[in-house]
Amino acid sequence: MTDRRAGAAAGAELAQRTRGGDQRALARLLTEVENRTAAGETGLRALYPLAGSAHLVGVTGAPGAGKSTLVAALTTAARAAGRPVAIIAIDPSSPITGGAILGDRVRMQQHAVDRDVFIRSMAARGHAGGLAPTTVGAAAVLDAAGFSLIFIETVGTGQSEVEVAAIADTTVVVQAPEMGDEVQAIKAGLLEVADLVVVNKADRPGAHRAAAQLRAMLTVGAQQDRAALAAGRPRPKRPEVLLTTAATGAGVPELLAALDRRRAAAGAGGAHEPGQSGAGPDPSRLARARVQLDGILSERLRDRLHEPGLAPIVEEAVTAIAAHRLDPYAAADRLLAALAVR
Amino acid sequence: MAERPLKVLIAKPGLDGHDRGAKVLARGLRDEGFEVIYTGLRQTPEMIVAAALQEDVDVVGLSILSGAHMTLLPRITAGLRAEGLDDVLVTAGGIIPDDDIPALKAAGVAEIFGPGTTIGEVAEFLRANVHRRDTA
Repeated sequence: MTDRRAGAAAGAELAQRTRGGDQRALARLLTEVENRTAAGETGLRALYPLAGSAHLVGVTGAPGAGKSTLVAALTTAARAAGRPVAIIAIDPSSPITGGAILGDRVRMQQHAVDRDVFIRSMAARGHAGGLAPTTVGAAAVLDAAGFSLIFIETVGTGQSEVEVAAIADTTVVVQAPEMGDEVQAIKAGLLEVADLVVVNKADRPGAHRAAAQLRAMLTVGAQQDRAALAAGRPRPKRPEVLLTTAATGAGVPELLAALDRRRAAAGAGGAHEPGQSGAGPDPSRLARARVQLDGILSERLRDRLHEPGLAPIVEEAVTAIAAHRLDPYAAADRLLAALAVR
Repeated sequence: MAERPLKVLIAKPGLDGHDRGAKVLARGLRDEGFEVIYTGLRQTPEMIVAAALQEDVDVVGLSILSGAHMTLLPRITAGLRAEGLDDVLVTAGGIIPDDDIPALKAAGVAEIFGPGTTIGEVAEFLRANVHRRDTA
């Protein structure tokens, strides 16, 4: 327990120094958050009230679509306007050894010595869905540290890793030309969560045709939308489709402007400032809050089940389920009851 | 809690364009359970120091084949110290003559891995010598 108390004191100090602009403390605090230590928890709790004003932009898409290069190019555009930028770049962890190669910085070298660009790589550490388990916490720390524009670059995704949309204010789905026909564009999943769809590598043959197909398939249905709205059914997003060539920067200022427009529109639609009354917080913030709360609740529940008093009961339950002496639902209810009486 | 993975920055300072060795090492350390940040070719000392700082790594592994190690490596260790990163373990590999090793060690490079070193040996050295600085 004294370890935990020492950790908490260290976390409070790291938070204090992070507020003062100390990047070493910021980097260390991110490690503590990532490792889910007492220091990380204390530091994040101290900084949480200061966060909430940054624009969190999720950037997702298939491996090789150009996510890292695009994030680097967007950062160049934002820096030209003097805006500080933080980047969280996630790469997969090995399911076998737990190791990882975090290679997104390779495409971001032009920002390596700019102190107003903070790049942090994260390994997914067994988390599915394109993010690391502590990505939201890390983003809150960077937000509190004063980075008003935060890019969250997911692992290279397939068709249904949509988690980033729940934690970002704005989600950009990056595609390369020749990555599929119109049927790909009407499939459910990743493209549905996009606020903006970017066809990158626009200098390649077929890019303009791909963008036209995406526009045609993604933007149909205004009449359906009105009917859904009237009936109170969920309506799909109608993302803008843009073309970029991240390697040269072509189309990137326009993309940044589109991101800023979306941000401004979300701000106009609801109360953004902490404590401000009005139309209520925008849906992206509520979604992010829910993800955080769910994550922490299940983490705390897991931790409690590993406590010395309960661990043997859990093991007993696992054995009983494996032997089909007990069904898993009954076992879960029993464990919850055991937790409640403690 | 479970032991956290160690974070290693693998960087290639200077102008040589051969990074196969660095990539093989990065891949090998991945298989040993390390989280390896790879930053690519032609890194200046300042870029390497900035990456080590932002990524809060436990180890900086430098691969250098160009012969500029006596200039570049001490600049990197000095840069790390200037940022308060004294506790980061610095190692080097590549083509480095034996005669240069004492001076590099004096400058703060903990170990130099020459040709023929196995990845297992590197991993073992890193695990044994990294400065644990876990809080709780």
